[in-house]
Amino acid sequence: MATKAAKELPREEHILPGSRSCAACGLMLTYRHALKALYPGKVIVTVPASCMTVLHGVYPITPVKVVCINNTFAATGASASGIVAGLKATGKKGYTVVAFAGDGGTYDIGIQALSGALERGTDFIYICYDNEGYMNTGTQRSSASPAGAITTTTPILSKLQQKKDMIAIVEAHRIPYIATASPSFPLDLYDKVRTAKEIRGPRYIEAHAPCPPGWGFPNKDLIKMGKLAVETGLHVLFEIREGKFGLTSWSLKLASKGRKKTVADYVKGQTRFRKITAEQIDRLQSFADEQWNYFLERHEKGC
Amino acid sequence: MSEVKIITANEAAAEAAALCRVQVIAAYPITPQTPVTEELAAMVERGDLKAEYLTVESEHSAMASIVGASQVGARVFTASSANGLLYMHEMLHWAAGSRLPVVLACVNRGVGAPWTILNDQQDSISQRDTGWIQLYCRNNQEVLDTIIQAYRIAEQTLIPVMVCYDGFVLSHTNMPVEVPSQDEVDRFLPPWQGQGLLESGRFVNLNPLILSEPRPDAQGNLMPGYMELRHRLHEDVLASLAVIHHTDEEFQEIFGRSWGGLVWRYRMDDAEHALVSMGSLALEATRAADSLRVQGLRTGVIGVRAYRPFPASALVQALAAVKTVTVFEKDVSYGYAGALATDLKAALFDAGVSVKFSGFVAGLGGRDVAAGQIVQAATDAILNEPRYGWVDVRGSST
Repeated sequence: MATKAAKELPREEHILPGSRSCAACGLMLTYRHALKALYPGKVIVTVPASCMTVLHGVYPITPVKVVCINNTFAATGASASGIVAGLKATGKKGYTVVAFAGDGGTYDIGIQALSGALERGTDFIYICYDNEGYMNTGTQRSSASPAGAITTTTPILSKLQQKKDMIAIVEAHRIPYIATASPSFPLDLYDKVRTAKEIRGPRYIEAHAPCPPGWGFPNKDLIKMGKLAVETGLHVLFEIREGKFGLTSWSLKLASKGRKKTVADYVKGQTRFRKITAEQIDRLQSFADEQWNYFLERHEKGC
Repeated sequence: MSEVKIITANEAAAEAAALCRVQVIAAYPITPQTPVTEELAAMVERGDLKAEYLTVESEHSAMASIVGASQVGARVFTASSANGLLYMHEMLHWAAGSRLPVVLACVNRGVGAPWTILNDQQDSISQRDTGWIQLYCRNNQEVLDTIIQAYRIAEQTLIPVMVCYDGFVLSHTNMPVEVPSQDEVDRFLPPWQGQGLLESGRFVNLNPLILSEPRPDAQGNLMPGYMELRHRLHEDVLASLAVIHHTDEEFQEIFGRSWGGLVWRYRMDDAEHALVSMGSLALEATRAADSLRVQGLRTGVIGVRAYRPFPASALVQALAAVKTVTVFEKDVSYGYAGALATDLKAALFDAGVSVKFSGFVAGLGGRDVAAGQIVQAATDAILNEPRYGWVDVRGSST
């Protein structure tokens, strides 16, 4: 059953005051609702070097009520495989193992370990929080950064390549559950993590996580930026369960109503696109259109 | 009852891991380690060994996954060689920093580039500063026995242990090995209970970001900073000298075999000259010592079994009465000398032991080192000026 209103979400908070994340952090909001969906239960979170490390605080204090195991940047998928195997080998039952990595730790340095864990059929949930760059080290380009974005390693020309199609890569592993989510649509995010929790095998959720300091927008616009990404079709909300494809939440509404927002509406509110040219906007619009049409077609076919 | 089998060191390593009832194995194939992983995979598939076997996609993931399994309380094992071990390097630091009782069999092989699949010890020596205990074996029996000892050492000290043995020279060479019974091993090695991470029911943030300085926790207790944790690891690795020594003694009580603990001696009682080495090369040095004695040079051998922690006191004691020390080793620290020679010379200097000291690099990339070559180099070092040199570099004056 889909959650209809925010008041239906569990009231218990698992991230207490004192987090080290930036104000209006898209990851923080993603994590908050994911943890609400994962509890009650026995949860182990494995985290690579990332913004999540910072969010969890500086030893010996943590604001997060969870069993969290920090690991190295490239190791997330393998760490999860090992934790799951260790639990099984020692007869510890009923745990949900969740890997939480950023786009750098997923699209780039962690892709091998992730692919290995998916291919081995590790029974875990992998949540990629995609803030479209190496934000923890100060906004360097990742393969998830959008074309046209200024980063500290694409400082003059902006990023010239389109975002990597990570979903296609994950889908090629034929895992039982894949979903996209956004903290701007918390009920949809919550429901997807709940759904994932009940499925066995590798499950992958990619949450688009707007980053005010990295993208250059005011803190108050966090939700707005996440929404705009969905409304333009740059980030599409869907689920793929055992190969069955379906749009969800706002993207499902857009399927009947059509998209009203353009890429130009999205980029103008973010200083990372301050040097984007008209031609680059056109190309990014084409990228969004192609992606949207592709997913819309899959939605209509149901697979 | 124990049983004598004619097996390779790789088979001995796999037998040992199984006898230790390892619960999670992860490994990635690399020559000459591969047969260890194949043997264990077959044991698990046959149902002879009740363990989770992870066929990982890299050595980095092999170590990352057994670190994860160890963190939730499983007894874990992996094996690697050469570039595979180097690919693990980050995770070796991580395992030691996490204070996990991980055991790894390192089947020593030369490191590329250029490629060699044959033996030297550059791979494990390159991991010297990762915070692992390193034990070097001289024959297949010692490989089996040392892996069993390694779990006791690791679980007592919460320091990972690397059991090193020479590729092909031991890994692919059949020797009679007394394989102990499961009952005997169970008596020596109780089940590992883990560190209670999950059993405590508490929320934890394991291996988090930490500052250099100590900081109070929520209750106001001052907790260590990064530097204090590093110091603690260093002190504990040093303190493991005693654990390694005692573990070998306790092993002898049950199994009737001792490997000398930290260092072993051959014909040292009246020796004026000492050859010092590690692994199978040290065994070859015993034959050289016999020959040197025939030539009238009273020579003995010190085999370094524990390289990290470095048994400085034991070595100084063993070498206090000799006139010359000549080290032979299958590794080099480019731009200076072999690692063992460097460490040993410093230990002797610290203790005020003045000897004629030479160090030789030998047998890199599988170059055969015959006892006669050790005799030749040692004779030169004993009779002439001490030096750092290389054995059998062809077409060159060394």
